[in-house]
Amino acid sequence: MGRMRKLLIPGVDKKLLVRDAVKAMPDFTRRRFIATGASLGALTLLTGCDVSDSFSAEEMLKQISKFNDGVQAAIFNPNAMAPTFSESDITKPFPFNAYYDLDDAPEIDGKEWKLEVRGLVDNNKQWTLDELYKLPQVKQITRHICVEGWSAIGSWTGTPLRDFLKIIGADVRAKYVWFQCADKDGYNSPLDMASALHPQTQMTFKFADEILPRAYGFPMKIRVPTKLGFKNPKYVMSMEVTNDYKGGYWEDQGYNSFSGS
Amino acid sequence: MSSLTISDEHASATPAKVIQPAWVRALHWTNAVAMVLMIMSGWQIYNASPLFKFSFPPSITLGGWLGGALLWHFAAMWLLMVNGLIYLALGFATGRFRKKLLPITTGGVISDTRAALTFQLAHDDLSKYNSVQKLLYAGIIIVGILIVLSGLSMWKPVQLYWLSAVFGGYDVARYVHFTCMAAIVGFLVVHVALALLVPKSLRAMIIGR
Repeated sequence: MGRMRKLLIPGVDKKLLVRDAVKAMPDFTRRRFIATGASLGALTLLTGCDVSDSFSAEEMLKQISKFNDGVQAAIFNPNAMAPTFSESDITKPFPFNAYYDLDDAPEIDGKEWKLEVRGLVDNNKQWTLDELYKLPQVKQITRHICVEGWSAIGSWTGTPLRDFLKIIGADVRAKYVWFQCADKDGYNSPLDMASALHPQTQMTFKFADEILPRAYGFPMKIRVPTKLGFKNPKYVMSMEVTNDYKGGYWEDQGYNSFSGS
Repeated sequence: MSSLTISDEHASATPAKVIQPAWVRALHWTNAVAMVLMIMSGWQIYNASPLFKFSFPPSITLGGWLGGALLWHFAAMWLLMVNGLIYLALGFATGRFRKKLLPITTGGVISDTRAALTFQLAHDDLSKYNSVQKLLYAGIIIVGILIVLSGLSMWKPVQLYWLSAVFGGYDVARYVHFTCMAAIVGFLVVHVALALLVPKSLRAMIIGR
């Protein structure tokens, strides 16, 4: 077994190896990695095959994540519906979840608020909440799945996004609908057009038949039951139909961009 | 396949018998790397929202934080799945599964377990598995299939809703996935301990004989 151990990292100083590997990590990973303590065993194993400067775990993982975006887009079935549930299945209380406390959640005046529409659309007029409330709405009870693993079933009511995109004359051949939100630090997230046009993707105005409370994203949330929770922006201020990938709050930190369910 | 390999070896005048053919060794060690990556990144992912009242110590996890762990998990899954599919295909096609792992009889398992626990189980012929080995190796292949399928049903609970439904839905699939991980880790402890107790079995998995 002593021979085996030598074979794993022939002639390599473990400490130097770890330092190299840490350097190769993306900034955000490095920060958290250093903060939470390094996993020496794994690094030895992982980088044991190639410790030269050309090896970059960051680049490799980024490329594979992009590959995974492509795989998920390819297997995305626009006709596959997220399972729906009954009223009795609804999780109570439904969790508030954000990267800040509820006290720091945006407080938006519904009378002042206007939805800004930009990009590849025929009509970029701004929409008041009253105008939006007049659009036909549907209700659906679906499972919200968080990237962290937990899930909760909720009831969301609103206008299918694809109906709204039709009303504003959006170019649905564009690649993304990009949402900007009022969360502190400026939350934003891109939604691929195929998912935006999915029948269950919704501009949500109500939770559990009540006007969307502050905790869940008043005045408007985008509910996408075919995506992980962080791809369901709350406190939406504007949407932009675009061919450019503009990144997102969590996407830029390393969460997989497609993150489809 | 193995008999063919053996006769090839005889023809090339190599006296020692090949216990683990090259494809088994290559796939075994690739799987070992993939499994370790999946388990360690999986522990980090688990820590983001623990199912039970414990978390894994950060020092034995991979990725540094949830996002990093997910990148590792969804990268290593390809290695695990492609390698696993090749293993299953070759295992069936070459008859290795049938020859090495079958039959598994209750009587054989009971008597071999008793022998193993009293340290009387012989390992004279490494090319033949005893009943306990057969049960564990066949069982861990099934667990391996289950952990991939339950993982897929968590990754794609909408696109693969039918698969997710087989496991009782997304939230139940998480427990299945965790249980399979625990079974694999349990297997790994026994497997590595026995490989160290019988070093020639480890040698066979490295150099083939």
